[in-house]
Amino acid sequence: MPKFLTSINAISWYFLFPVIFIHFFVVAFPSILSLLLCLTDWNGFGRINYVGLENFQELFRDRVFKKAVKHNIIWTVMFLTIPVIVALTIAYLLTGIKRGQLFYRLVYFFPYILASIVNCLIWRYIFHPRHGLGGWFENQGIDFLAKSPFAMKETALYAVAWVDMWHFWGFLVIIYLTGMYQVDDSLYEAADIEGATKFQKFRYITLPMIRPIFVLSLIIIIIWSVPTFDYVYILTMGGPAYSSEVVANHLYSQAFQRMNVGYASTIGVMMFFYVGIIVGFFAILRRMGWEV
Amino acid sequence: MATARFRQRSSYINHAILIFMALTIILPLLVLAFNSIKPSSEFGANPLGFPNEIRLMNYYDAWVNGNYTQIFTNSLTLVIGTLILNLTVSGLAAFSLAVLNPKGIQTIVVGLYLLVGISIPAQLFILPLFLMWKTLYLLDTRIGLIIIYSALNAPFATFLIRSYMLQLPTELFEAAKLDGASVMQLFTRVALPLSWPVFLTTALIVSLTVWNEFLFAITFIITDEYKPISSILFTFQSRFANDYGLVSAASILMAAPIAILFMFFQRRFIAGLTSGATKG
Repeated sequence: MPKFLTSINAISWYFLFPVIFIHFFVVAFPSILSLLLCLTDWNGFGRINYVGLENFQELFRDRVFKKAVKHNIIWTVMFLTIPVIVALTIAYLLTGIKRGQLFYRLVYFFPYILASIVNCLIWRYIFHPRHGLGGWFENQGIDFLAKSPFAMKETALYAVAWVDMWHFWGFLVIIYLTGMYQVDDSLYEAADIEGATKFQKFRYITLPMIRPIFVLSLIIIIIWSVPTFDYVYILTMGGPAYSSEVVANHLYSQAFQRMNVGYASTIGVMMFFYVGIIVGFFAILRRMGWEV
Repeated sequence: MATARFRQRSSYINHAILIFMALTIILPLLVLAFNSIKPSSEFGANPLGFPNEIRLMNYYDAWVNGNYTQIFTNSLTLVIGTLILNLTVSGLAAFSLAVLNPKGIQTIVVGLYLLVGISIPAQLFILPLFLMWKTLYLLDTRIGLIIIYSALNAPFATFLIRSYMLQLPTELFEAAKLDGASVMQLFTRVALPLSWPVFLTTALIVSLTVWNEFLFAITFIITDEYKPISSILFTFQSRFANDYGLVSAASILMAAPIAILFMFFQRRFIAGLTSGATKG
């Protein structure tokens, strides 16, 4: 065998080949196809016609898509605030106690390891108009709470987000705890001598010290909110009347119910560009020496 | 003295808040557990409380009417198949990146490629992948889904295993090389036995994601007979729409293996899942 094929450099490529091959085959190649198909009007079979940017023009006129984007933005904002605030508070309280800490951590984290379908079934039942809380409220004579929040236009999106947040926030607690335990104890001791309150210690020591992990958690939330799908699809299918439709759902129905391959690819490409911009933005921030 | 008492009182308040938040998680889970042993006749009168009459037959019904022997086998096949394929390709890649050539151009190129791969939303490629799988006759087969799961988990697994292998002392590999070990033997005889803890962590996380996975499961498996537990449970909620006892029991049967594994390996689960996030 020639020497360049047995050199350590070549061998290290052989070891990498399987992972590159399988990942390229499943992720990269179809992604490239998607980038090409978004310029066509293909419907899964028959002729493929090049239509230029027509799909994008149509997308910007698509009222359901606009609605879905709005819902995704609401979704992201909700996840950036509610679970973050709750998790920060709880993690901070947890650092202050000694007994039972492990128990709390396990309980908070537990829903995170449950399947989306299981979490959805739990809450669908609890919110059930006749059998769950709804029936209980009806018995108490509080009729307006008796309907399932998943079935009402005004509340569907928030109810779905509630279930997803219920499953997610414990994950953030663990992330923040990891950061908080890396903070040097002497800082708190010094603050104690100065007579700082608990809130002051949180505001002026904990928060600045965990900033890298905190910013990271926000990036994760922004990126993970984009393809959010399971909870909406299982609980409401985007309904009623598109009131909880999110972008991933819109794409899924265009792709697998209507077989609008070109159009669905266009939505996918938009999602990809959006995530790319976010990731790029933070990469640039980091390059500029912002410790994020 | 005064501050000590103050501390104690504030610690009660802390515990009260922590317990309240724990209850928001425990109570819904308890409702599910109660419902799984509740006879259907009782659901109207007693929706959320402990059942007056315990009916364990719900589990039997779920197992038999839901054809759970088949479904469990399907899910288990997916998990084991993915573990074999995924850990093999990721282990080889991690060994190359961490031991063979940690400073080479490969590390940068492949590392960057996998990082971009992680941030691609599945929705970008799911439809072309579906059409590819159709032409390759991989659609509606378990092996087709195993290939997808292995690829999707590969970047995470590779990074996790690599970060562990980087800490192995290089002297060990040098010594083995002097004894005449081939590169493959360096991998199987030295690297693998030393890095079993990280393989265990990775295996747990990959099993968890495969067991719970929903989007690809409902898209790529159409025949009921091949469906894994997550997508069959989705069809259950309409098929057994009025039989909440059965659906609850079926949900618990799905969550139980994960919960048991979690009890035994909580540290590994938590470390693995959070490291996946902080590196992705």
